[in-house]
Amino acid sequence: MIEVNELTKRYGSTTAVKDLTFTVRPGQVTGFLGPNGAGKSTTLRMVLGLHEPTSGSVIVGGRSFRDRPRGLRHVGSLLDAHDVHGGRSAIAQLSALARSNRIPQRRVEEVLREVGLAEAARRRISGFSLGMKQRLGIASALLGDPPVLLFDEPLNGLDPEGVRWVRDLFRRLAAEGRTVFVSSHLMSEMEHTADQLIVIGRGELIAAESLAEFSARGTRQSVTVSTPASAVLRDLLAAEGATIHTAGDLLAVTGVTAVRIGEIAMEHRIPLHHLSARSSSLEEAFMELTADSVQYLAGDPQ
Amino acid sequence: MTTTYAAVDELGADEPRARFHDLVAAEWIKLRSLRSTWIAYGATALAVIAFNAGTAYDTYNYWPERSAADRADFVRAGIPLQEAFTANAVMVMMLALGAIGAVAILGEYSTGTIRTTFAAVPARRSVMAAKTVVVTAVSTVFGAIVAGASFGLTQAILDGRDAGLSIGYPGALRVVAASALLAPVCALTGMAIGSVIRHTSATMVASVVAILVLPMVFTDGRHWSAVAGHATLYQAWSRLVEVGSPRTDFPWTTGGAWTVYAVWALTTAVLAVTSAQRRDQ
Repeated sequence: MIEVNELTKRYGSTTAVKDLTFTVRPGQVTGFLGPNGAGKSTTLRMVLGLHEPTSGSVIVGGRSFRDRPRGLRHVGSLLDAHDVHGGRSAIAQLSALARSNRIPQRRVEEVLREVGLAEAARRRISGFSLGMKQRLGIASALLGDPPVLLFDEPLNGLDPEGVRWVRDLFRRLAAEGRTVFVSSHLMSEMEHTADQLIVIGRGELIAAESLAEFSARGTRQSVTVSTPASAVLRDLLAAEGATIHTAGDLLAVTGVTAVRIGEIAMEHRIPLHHLSARSSSLEEAFMELTADSVQYLAGDPQ
Repeated sequence: MTTTYAAVDELGADEPRARFHDLVAAEWIKLRSLRSTWIAYGATALAVIAFNAGTAYDTYNYWPERSAADRADFVRAGIPLQEAFTANAVMVMMLALGAIGAVAILGEYSTGTIRTTFAAVPARRSVMAAKTVVVTAVSTVFGAIVAGASFGLTQAILDGRDAGLSIGYPGALRVVAASALLAPVCALTGMAIGSVIRHTSATMVASVVAILVLPMVFTDGRHWSAVAGHATLYQAWSRLVEVGSPRTDFPWTTGGAWTVYAVWALTTAVLAVTSAQRRDQ
């Protein structure tokens, strides 16, 4: 369990995180979503005691993480797969971590096998691909068999097989009753992984709810219609209060359900060639929700 | 979804007691697993020993050109001990060990490994103390080997002209000890500067200033300047390897010079251990 309480972090005049309060519960995968620069990494660093909050607190497993003499048996983390020295081998990196926490050496071999790096264990990390570094970082997080796991953008650089493996791993860790907190800036990554979502933008909480509740936000249904009498149907739908965009022969209609469009067409004997309803995707719901808080927008005039 | 809260609640409960020597062992694994560690120590050792042996060989080579009186004075003036560890060699060793000590910590800051380290061991002072212990121990062994080998080799070369001294000769052991111990003190200095500054290039500049420039700047011209100079490592080493009566208006004792070593070692160790405690990583 991770309890974040009115957490604020300022660097000089920049406020990276502001009054953030949420709880990450065990037994579920919780996605931590937000655009680039939203304050996800800063928050995770404060969870791990690496950065000191300006105000507020983070309690992990009943205690502030900084107060523990050794961490790996309490919280396993992967903040950045590049946070390793390229000159070391994977096995040296993990052995040093294990030894510092009195974790037996055989556990190092175990986690290396688990993440599929047993063959590459003695190679220098500088020769690893990003995906292999992610696997090594995940191995470090698993070393202490901890009840709480944090992962910052763990899917970056993984191949499709790796992505599926990570998802299954997260689900399994959560099913074992662990707290699994995974950050991402892509909704599509979380869609198939997370049970709960914490969404932040510009350092502030936007949403903390289940994936189901979040997807219900995407209520705006869009209906696509095609008819030879498009001008007639258009006027009829406009009279019903719908918003219509014309794209060639197709009409993209919002504000009226597909059922109602069918009824109107039948009343006026208008033949329909195509009628389909589409819920906006989670990605769209996410984009809509965070639109106001995107910090680095491409094409944004200075 | 099936959940097993009970089992996970017990995770971390049977944690063994935290021991400092595990951190030392971990830091030792980190240091020895880097090829660059061995290259840096090895290359420095070779360079320092070569400087010393080269000077002795030069003496050996040009011995026939010396007058009889000159040859007789050679041992009496303690010159074999000066050649046991030359000023050039000590400069090379000081700068190299300062850099090696700095890299021991900068290697973690520049790669981001420091975050992985502190996320695994939130007791930062303990981590830094363990790292300090390992760097000190390794560089002390390095210093002992290099100073011992330099003494043995130079005196063996000079023995070819019957001008070599044994380690039992008055002041010989002090030359070896002062040169050997300079290695860990310089490594600690580099490490402390690196821990405080945390950026590679600025650390290297500061390290060169502390180790090389300050002893050059403070000369024996004025009393205050002489005192400031005596507080530098290079001048302390020069005092310790000095044989015969000191040639300065402001003489000082070897006890004072050893104190300078001790103060540098303690101050830099404290800086290295405590500097990470309160800062964001």
